[in-house]
Amino acid sequence: MAASRLRLRQNLTAYGFLAGALVSFGCFTWYPMVREVIMSFQKTKRGRTSWVGLANLTRITHDPAFWHAWGNTLQFTLLALLLGFAVPFLVAVLLNELRHAKAYLRILVYLPVMLPPVASVLLFKYFYDPGYGLFNHILHALHLPTSAWLNSPGSAMLSVVIAATWMNMGGATLIYLAALQGIPGELYEAAELDGAGLLRRIWHVTIPQTRLILSLLLLLQIVATMQVFVEPFLLTGGNGPQDSTMTVVNLVYQYAFNFGNYGSAAALGLVMLVVLAGFSAVYVKLSRAED
Amino acid sequence: MAHAEPQTRTLISQSQLNRRGGRIVYWTVLTLVVGGFTLVFLGPLYWLVTGGLKSTHEVIQNPPTLFPTQLHPETYAEAWSKLRLGRLLFNTLYYAFGALALQLVFDVAAAYALSKLRPVLGNLILGLMLATLMIPAAVLIVPQYLTVLDLPLLHLNLINSPWAIWLPTVANAFNIFLLKRFFDSIPADLMAAAAIDGAGPVRALWSIVLPMSRPIIGVVSIFAVVNVWKDFLWPMLVEPDPRNQPLNIGINSLATGVPQNVVIAALAIASAPTVLFFLLFQRSIMSGLTSGSLKG
Repeated sequence: MAASRLRLRQNLTAYGFLAGALVSFGCFTWYPMVREVIMSFQKTKRGRTSWVGLANLTRITHDPAFWHAWGNTLQFTLLALLLGFAVPFLVAVLLNELRHAKAYLRILVYLPVMLPPVASVLLFKYFYDPGYGLFNHILHALHLPTSAWLNSPGSAMLSVVIAATWMNMGGATLIYLAALQGIPGELYEAAELDGAGLLRRIWHVTIPQTRLILSLLLLLQIVATMQVFVEPFLLTGGNGPQDSTMTVVNLVYQYAFNFGNYGSAAALGLVMLVVLAGFSAVYVKLSRAED
Repeated sequence: MAHAEPQTRTLISQSQLNRRGGRIVYWTVLTLVVGGFTLVFLGPLYWLVTGGLKSTHEVIQNPPTLFPTQLHPETYAEAWSKLRLGRLLFNTLYYAFGALALQLVFDVAAAYALSKLRPVLGNLILGLMLATLMIPAAVLIVPQYLTVLDLPLLHLNLINSPWAIWLPTVANAFNIFLLKRFFDSIPADLMAAAAIDGAGPVRALWSIVLPMSRPIIGVVSIFAVVNVWKDFLWPMLVEPDPRNQPLNIGINSLATGVPQNVVIAALAIASAPTVLFFLLFQRSIMSGLTSGSLKG
């Protein structure tokens, strides 16, 4: 009897310690998650909520903006992978080979991550300006063709990706660098004795040795880039020329906060959740099968 | 840098570098990398700081000038007053350190309970917390906003209140996970000894766990401050009153209709605190970054 009372008291103390976090999780992640699902089947009009079944889903998929936004998001994700995944890895490999100025270079690469996004974004907006912008000036001085950057539907998304890569590559680079430093030197030694050149050493030693962290970051990066919002929102006002930079999260934002249509916003959010969860599941399955 | 850091064998061997051809290639690559990186990552910051010193005319002049022909330090003063930077800076600091205080109190307490007090259903709770890391943040933005508009049970509207920024930051599964893992490594014997000496859970947390956990608390604190400093969408939604806005939102909405050199000076001022903070704490930031993400 006394033992169980002691156990009860211990539990009460523990829950006392947990209370603050539980309230915050309850209010701001667990309850909103449930509410998101409920809302996607509801419609709110003049403060009155009614069940509409799958009407929200039908409605958003019949909106041409839906397919447009997914197309743009996919384009952004592919471009961001080409740049945002490959560039930090190559930079990390390069930095790992240098024997000097390492600390300085590491600080430089991470510096943009510490800037407030408004500073990086406006900075790029000025650089991209077709009239007085620095980028066109440099291209012009090198006798290369200049670009309309954010002002043309053809180049707007790529411009957003370049800016986003500059802003965010620091974190990934440092993580790759740490992974590279964990590769045992003997492996390179052995490969070299077997006559493997530089490229073959990268292919047969560096990449397999860092594969776990590479594939984990690839997954995280895809999930993060599919949710891109701030960069296109600030650089191009959310839509860009001919809606060329309107992404899925931009569309969620517009449904909810420009049109007050919470049901459609929730339905679109849920579609996104399903797509990303499905993607992660397939990805994990594939990488397991490979082993 | 006079001499190189000690180095284990990497892709390219030391002997290969020591050959004459190797040395030439190495020093060329090093010079190019140091020069290129300085240009790409430090160049824009240089452009910000000097751009703020240029005249309105000079800043949009083509070709651009490398150094201001005439210094206009008064642009910085103008930016400070026109964009109400003092107010915006104060708001940002207020939100960042409020969020830090709440996260330290509640996330440390939660991690301590899950690690050392081990209540019934503790593992389920930890699992539910970690599961939130899988949910894309963008999915929750609408229902979270509606929650802040009308808090469940209490029916409070938190819009324009600092609590709208502070409270959600406590629900940080990553922090709780990092802290719990660190607390797990504190030996059970130590905790048992404290209990025998009559220390209650609060006392054990305060005099044993906390003093041992300084490094991890440092890491969590840095990320807490930086996250609030960098956040954009959430404060834009929940702090619509310009008097309550943090730097990111305030500068973006006030920047239209203000001369460009003034905006650039404002951006330089807004960037200075986090850049200085980073230079001061870069060791802990970098080690926290890699330890948090690698050993998970």
